[in-house]
Amino acid sequence: MQTRFSAEQLRDPHLAASEKAIRTCVHCGFCNATCPTYALLGDELDGPRGRIMLMKDMLENQRTPSAETVKHIDRCLSCLSCKTTCPSGVDYMHLVDHSRAWIEQRYERPWIDRMLRGLLAGLLPYPRRFRFALAMGRLFSPLVGLLPNIGFLKSLRAMLELSRAPTGAVREGIIAAPTVRKARVAFLEGCAEPVLQPNIQQAATRLFARMGIEVVPAPGQGCCGALVHHLGKEARSLAFARANVDAWSRVIDDGGLDAIVITASGCGTSLKDYGFMLRNEPAYAARAAKVSTLARDVSEVLAAHELPAVTNPSGLIVAYHAACSLQHGQGVREAPRRLLTEAGFQLRDIAESHLCCGSAGVYNILQPDLAEALRERKQNALAAVAPQVVATGNIGCLTQLSRGKAPAPVVHTVELLDWATGGPEPEGLSRRT
Amino acid sequence: MSLRMPAPDPAVLSARAEVIKGLRRILENDGVIGDDESLIAYESDGLTAYRQLPLAVALPRTTQQVAQILRFCRERGVKVVARGAGTSLSGGALPLADGVILGLSRFNRVLDIDLENRVVVAQPGVTNLGITEAVKKHGFYYAPDPSSQIACSIGGNVAENSGGVHCLKYGLTTNNVLGVELVTMDGEILRLGGKTLDAPGYDLLGIINGSEGMLGVITEVTVRILPRPQHARAALLGFPSVEAAGQCVADIIGGGIVPAGMEMMDRLATLAAEEFLHVGYPLDVEAVLIVEADGIDAECDHVLALVNDIATKNGAVFSRLSNSEDERLRFWAGRKSAFPAVGRLSPDYYCMDGTIPRGRLAHVLQRMNEMSERYGLRVANVFHAGDGNLHPLILYNANEPGQLERAEAFGAEILRLCVEVGGVLTGEHGVGVEKRDLMPEMFSEIDLAQQMRVKCAFDPEGLLNPGKVFPQLHRCAELGRVHVHAGRVAHPELPRF
Ligand SMILES: Cc1cc2nc3c(=O)[nH]c(=O)nc-3n(C[C@H](O)[C@H](O)[C@H](O)COP(=O)(O)OP(=O)(O)OC[C@H]3O[C@@H](n4cnc5c(N)ncnc54)[C@H](O)[C@@H]3O)c2cc1C
Ligand code: SF4
Ligand code: SF4
Repeated sequence: MQTRFSAEQLRDPHLAASEKAIRTCVHCGFCNATCPTYALLGDELDGPRGRIMLMKDMLENQRTPSAETVKHIDRCLSCLSCKTTCPSGVDYMHLVDHSRAWIEQRYERPWIDRMLRGLLAGLLPYPRRFRFALAMGRLFSPLVGLLPNIGFLKSLRAMLELSRAPTGAVREGIIAAPTVRKARVAFLEGCAEPVLQPNIQQAATRLFARMGIEVVPAPGQGCCGALVHHLGKEARSLAFARANVDAWSRVIDDGGLDAIVITASGCGTSLKDYGFMLRNEPAYAARAAKVSTLARDVSEVLAAHELPAVTNPSGLIVAYHAACSLQHGQGVREAPRRLLTEAGFQLRDIAESHLCCGSAGVYNILQPDLAEALRERKQNALAAVAPQVVATGNIGCLTQLSRGKAPAPVVHTVELLDWATGGPEPEGLSRRT
Repeated sequence: MSLRMPAPDPAVLSARAEVIKGLRRILENDGVIGDDESLIAYESDGLTAYRQLPLAVALPRTTQQVAQILRFCRERGVKVVARGAGTSLSGGALPLADGVILGLSRFNRVLDIDLENRVVVAQPGVTNLGITEAVKKHGFYYAPDPSSQIACSIGGNVAENSGGVHCLKYGLTTNNVLGVELVTMDGEILRLGGKTLDAPGYDLLGIINGSEGMLGVITEVTVRILPRPQHARAALLGFPSVEAAGQCVADIIGGGIVPAGMEMMDRLATLAAEEFLHVGYPLDVEAVLIVEADGIDAECDHVLALVNDIATKNGAVFSRLSNSEDERLRFWAGRKSAFPAVGRLSPDYYCMDGTIPRGRLAHVLQRMNEMSERYGLRVANVFHAGDGNLHPLILYNANEPGQLERAEAFGAEILRLCVEVGGVLTGEHGVGVEKRDLMPEMFSEIDLAQQMRVKCAFDPEGLLNPGKVFPQLHRCAELGRVHVHAGRVAHPELPRF
């Protein structure tokens, strides 16, 4: 598509990258067909092709966007379904990331919106603060029903409901290090997942031990930065990225790493992008690129090795919910499904599996109406295959799909794999009906 | 842009605020877009060479709202351009500065799945693929499958009389649509056809197919669905020259074989599709041919064996049969995304759509290669080989001054060539604005006037999608008026002119 950026503008590497993305779009409209917000709202402004036009116009004219433009870009889930669909290879992800940062720098949001976003950015990435907020939330969550379900209060409700998310506990007992070492990996420990469901990484660690994969700690790491990144708070996301690159680089230099393992796929997409995010910082570019090449979703690591023998084939009917960050962001589609089948589960395919469940980071708090519509649509698709359990690879989806009318308990894929190969039954399964 | 559109009506332009207000009233403040910063999302369809911000966009949800909008616009002399999914490649949905875009994207429900009558009734904004998806579990599908089927709307398909890879055997849209609900510019709601193959009275449905948004706004479509064939298999063939592949196609058709689909791509198009989907297309050949057979198992085997013989005789250097349903679909998926995949090779393309007698393919290709050299622009070719429908994609760079104009001239020369060898201007993408000025190459004044009379019968003020299809705007009075009312021409027994 034609663009009108000046040579001067194109010297800015951010604008240059965005120009290239826009330029690659041939306006075929295929992406609209798989975009969740277009499906719900039926307006080109809420589909990727229209958003690309809005962003083009904003960036080309160096414009402070109107409230309308911001509304439509805010509604984008960054689910990247459009990226999977686009035959032309448009880099929608970096274009929308850049635009979010652009908006954050130039557009004055209403104060209540600013406050909410500030609160989320200040709480969620920090496990201690998040834990405290959850406790407070639980205290106040009985009040949820009293809050009128309109406007800002809707977001507040959604936040309080988060405190009712299913949680898991750390099990007692030490997981023995593997006797043979086939690989050496470190986890991205993350922020929200260890607070809500520490059992997920525990299950992965047990599974790894059985497979001869050693897990080493990487002190100094924190949140991956995705959360603030999607709020357009670029400086803060870069700070998180740098700190993490430093932490893993220390481990890489001291004994090497075969992979940095991510159990929350939302964070995985972010880690795999560090190389791009820090490409213009000489002190970090090379090391960040290294971190990105090592980043692997836990299902990718498992698929690259052989699963331990299945000792407990439960034969449960599993509906696999593909997290957007995994299927679209990272292009990991087959591995989790294959692993579940290998581990003796009966996998059921669901309709509209490309659609987002509405979780999308803090989207369910910032856009509660759309998030709820998507959650219901997803839960209906899941219910249609009558699963005994739903498996997914992302804590956000897990929390989202456990709310409201969940057709079955939702657990992480690795919990099921661990269980089938000798681990304990996933705690979440006790919620099975 | 070098395209001339009718001069906007200053009275309408200056009444913009009231028009928007009126639309908001009808739609109860939901789905009216009136600010320029937002309207940019609607400035073009799939043909991006031509762009124009509309006066406003209205996104109704009900037929009643459509009727109200049309009546309102007619009263105020405001033009209306219907828009489905905006994937047209001929600029059919290109906005007008003094016109409202009436978008049907919110008409996205399948209304009735009637297996007994083997029909589906759908709102016009349902995607082509959406219809097949809706009946898949019952073992049925909707046969016409434009490459854009993932996104294009069934209403748009009717308006463009779209084709697809399986139309060779199963017919175009027009052969598969049984009925429509249509709202005329004066807000009247007409029902044409129904659930059966023939309806009493004139075949008005026939003229709605391919009417490019100029006769009325389609608000409901009834289509025929077919049971899935027991088996379908596709052969992927590679040839050292496009001519050899072309001869193979001619021999297959000449041999009395009607494949379920037969498509050709040249090297450049193949390369682009392969880069997107990694189908396993051969990249060291000049032309790839995909030939599908469907029916019972023995029939598929028989047809594909014949095809393979013919291909070998024509020097095919690559041959692979699809081994699974998944593989067959992947053969097609690459082909179906070939146009936008070409976006990987060039920032812009100008997609042509002409039809030629199959026997002239080699000649036309050779002449096109000469033109390509002369214009200094690359061309990637995708053909619905079975029915002689060519889609040369002229690759250009819109940011380079002069390149679009060169691409336009190149395209016009290709289409003239199609007519010269005994073919026609359009295969399936419609005339729109893209081929509008070339219409006289194909039709005489008398032909065109006759076609326009049909338009006048439905839309005497010329408010529906003017500036498209016809190279000149005529006042209907000049042509003699015939007005259709409630689906009937008044006094059809009287001679008109
Ligand atoms: C990548 C790509 C591949 C394509 N491949 C094919 C192909 O294989 N075969 C093919 O035939 N076409 C193909 N097309 C062209 C296009 O998809 C078809 O013409 C399609 O039918 C347009 O549908 P739409 O919903 O996008 O209509 P639009 O582009 O929105 O509109 C097209 C025309 O139809 C009119 N219209 C739309 N909806 C209505 C309605 N409800 N009532 C009245 N008028 C209406 C509009 O006014 C306009 O004139 C392709 C396009 C692309 C981008
Ligand atoms: S990222 Fe998701 S929500 Fe955003 S435009 Fe793409 S498909 Fe739509
Ligand atoms: S699919 Fe890709 S090329 Fe087509 S409109 Fe969407 S972003 Fe643009």
